[in-house]
Amino acid sequence: MSKFFTCEIVGNSGQNANFKLLTLQPASQIIAPKPGQFYMIQTGTACDPLLKRPFSIYNFEQNHLSFLYRIRGKGTLSLSQLREGDVLQVIGPLGNSYPEPDGDFIAVAGGIGIASLLPLIRKYRQRAYLFYGAMNTGDLVMLEETRELAKEIFITTDDGSDGQKGWITHAVKDFLGELKIANQPSPRRKGALSIYACGPVPMLKALSEITRAAGLPCYASMEEHMACGIGACLGCVVKIADKRASLQRGAEAAGQFIYKRVCKEGPIFNIEDIVW
Amino acid sequence: MVKRTGARSLSVKIASLKLKNPVMTASGTFGYGEEYAEFIDLNRLGAIVVKGLSITPRLGNPTPRVVETPAGMLNAIGLQNIGVKAFVKDKLPFLRQFKVPVVANFFGDTVHEYVSAARELSKAEGVNALEMNISCPNKQEGWIVFGTDPKSMDGVITEVRKATDLPLIVKLSPNVTDIGRMARVAENAGADALSVMNTIRGMVVDIRRRKPVLANNTGGLSGPAIRPVAVQMVWDTCRAVSIPVIGMGGIMTAGDALEFLIAGAVAIAVGTANFVNPVATLEIIEGIEKFLAEEGVSDINDIIGSLRVNE
Ligand SMILES: Cc1cc2nc3c(=O)[nH]c(=O)nc-3n(C[C@H](O)[C@H](O)[C@H](O)COP(=O)(O)OP(=O)(O)OC[C@H]3O[C@@H](n4cnc5c(N)ncnc54)[C@H](O)[C@@H]3O)c2cc1C
Ligand SMILES: Cc1cc2nc3c(=O)[nH]c(=O)nc-3n(C[C@H](O)[C@H](O)[C@H](O)COP(=O)(O)O)c2cc1C
Ligand code: FES
Repeated sequence: MSKFFTCEIVGNSGQNANFKLLTLQPASQIIAPKPGQFYMIQTGTACDPLLKRPFSIYNFEQNHLSFLYRIRGKGTLSLSQLREGDVLQVIGPLGNSYPEPDGDFIAVAGGIGIASLLPLIRKYRQRAYLFYGAMNTGDLVMLEETRELAKEIFITTDDGSDGQKGWITHAVKDFLGELKIANQPSPRRKGALSIYACGPVPMLKALSEITRAAGLPCYASMEEHMACGIGACLGCVVKIADKRASLQRGAEAAGQFIYKRVCKEGPIFNIEDIVW
Repeated sequence: MVKRTGARSLSVKIASLKLKNPVMTASGTFGYGEEYAEFIDLNRLGAIVVKGLSITPRLGNPTPRVVETPAGMLNAIGLQNIGVKAFVKDKLPFLRQFKVPVVANFFGDTVHEYVSAARELSKAEGVNALEMNISCPNKQEGWIVFGTDPKSMDGVITEVRKATDLPLIVKLSPNVTDIGRMARVAENAGADALSVMNTIRGMVVDIRRRKPVLANNTGGLSGPAIRPVAVQMVWDTCRAVSIPVIGMGGIMTAGDALEFLIAGAVAIAVGTANFVNPVATLEIIEGIEKFLAEEGVSDINDIIGSLRVNE
């Protein structure tokens, strides 16, 4: 089974003005994706847009792939104009996946980051405390589906048009604080309550401070501009703390980093290792 | 192997290097080969040109490193690489499993760094030719790009020539006024072949933030957008020198590749197309075979340089 294949579009419909759900039917049997993995998808029919764009797998059922995407620039706009019956080239599944949660877990989604986390929430039904933050109520998508799947949902919006007004990371912090006071983390907790996150960099950065203070493991899905998605161009790197340097040279090596490819060693990294 | 009647020969020669077909990979777009092994049979390629190597590892630039442009892309990777030593130890053994010539692309900040890299790579088992990227600034000469200054260019190629017996391919920069002149400098300094061309310098501005999109401000333009420029540069170069020329710049299809071959390139390299379509190289090889069949030509060498220029 090749990771490079063609698909027919069987659905490309709007969830609202900014978000669409793309459903693809591959021409052949394909490799099943794991939660957190992504695909490079052709978005136009000629040389412009030229490069494929990365999208997290949103759902995989009966050999159909679906993706939830936000219209952002040239590529996603072009994709949004394609119709049922159009044929696209796709590469995937690519990258690593979220490590398996041990018992209940926390999922923190910022905006379209929900797309990457949903497969995890779906796979481990009724085990996720979902924290979902967005700019406003119009940016919250797939709420019905998530309500059924998650154990509990906490919502914040920047303008207060839905849920609590404010940042989702504040809600996570409060929740962890309450758990600590109650001293009864979660009934199904075996190891530490792990945290999974996907969203904009400022959200992930704020979250890294909270999870470090709480001493909880946290896995973040990172985004970078990509050209190839398969590890060849070195376009998509993130800074990762250089553990070898700090082992050898201690404090002197603090702040030293190496680059890792989001498309190959990622997109999911241990949040502790990321150099912001 | 017995040749089937009507079999077509795709094999070409670049100096002493024999290729089973004229389709190579462009440096920096094919990693060290490993990434593509799950998509194509590497044995079918004419040659593999690996990501640019320096004598010591390079971290590369901050991000964003890539941005798409109309029918192309800008990149400012900053020549991130694992260094010659790690390449020889960790990457070459993988490449040695295949029956494909390996061309090691290399660069330096100083003449000394170029020479050291060339010397080390020449000692390694499984490196069949060197490709010298001269589109780098010279640290000791006020950061003038080697490949845009005839004197620096002559100096660095002359020294590298003394350091290696492998076929030496010099990769020219298009950011010059007269590529034919630069090509002759490289030929006289001892190059066995030329690669034409590297990326064209470019910039994209984010108008809201009033900042260049790339962290490095500028980057190198590649992809179909540069193809006509590259075809013309290959044509000019072929007329200026008698050593073989490898053509590259925006090749996406067999038709694109044939433009370069007809203009005089002995072989071609596929770059950005690998990102868009990981099996592009194989489709191009098959397309060239099909073209030869349609045209009733039995040897690719009869196509090379067959351009009928308008009077
Ligand atoms: C692993 C991964 C998974 C992703 N999953 C999804 C998903 O499930 N749904 C979804 O809607 N989007 C997802 N994205 C983001 C999506 O790939 C980009 O929104 C898309 O590439 C933008 O393309 P465009 O041509 O429309 O916009 P462009 O015109 O390229 O850019 C519009 C704006 O977005 C910025 N931008 C472009 N690409 C990226 C990027 N990769 N990361 C950060 N900023 C970028 C540009 O700088 C610009 O400001 C994912 C990205 C990655 C790396
Ligand atoms: C992401 C990227 C990285 C590159 N890295 C190198 C490099 O390390 N050394 C080099 O000589 N050329 C490098 N190049 C230039 C290509 O080898 C090629 O000359 C150029 O991209 C034109 O071909 P194309 O339009 O088919 O991509 C790079 C190009 C790209 C797009
Ligand atoms: S996108 Fe090319 S290396 Fe990651």
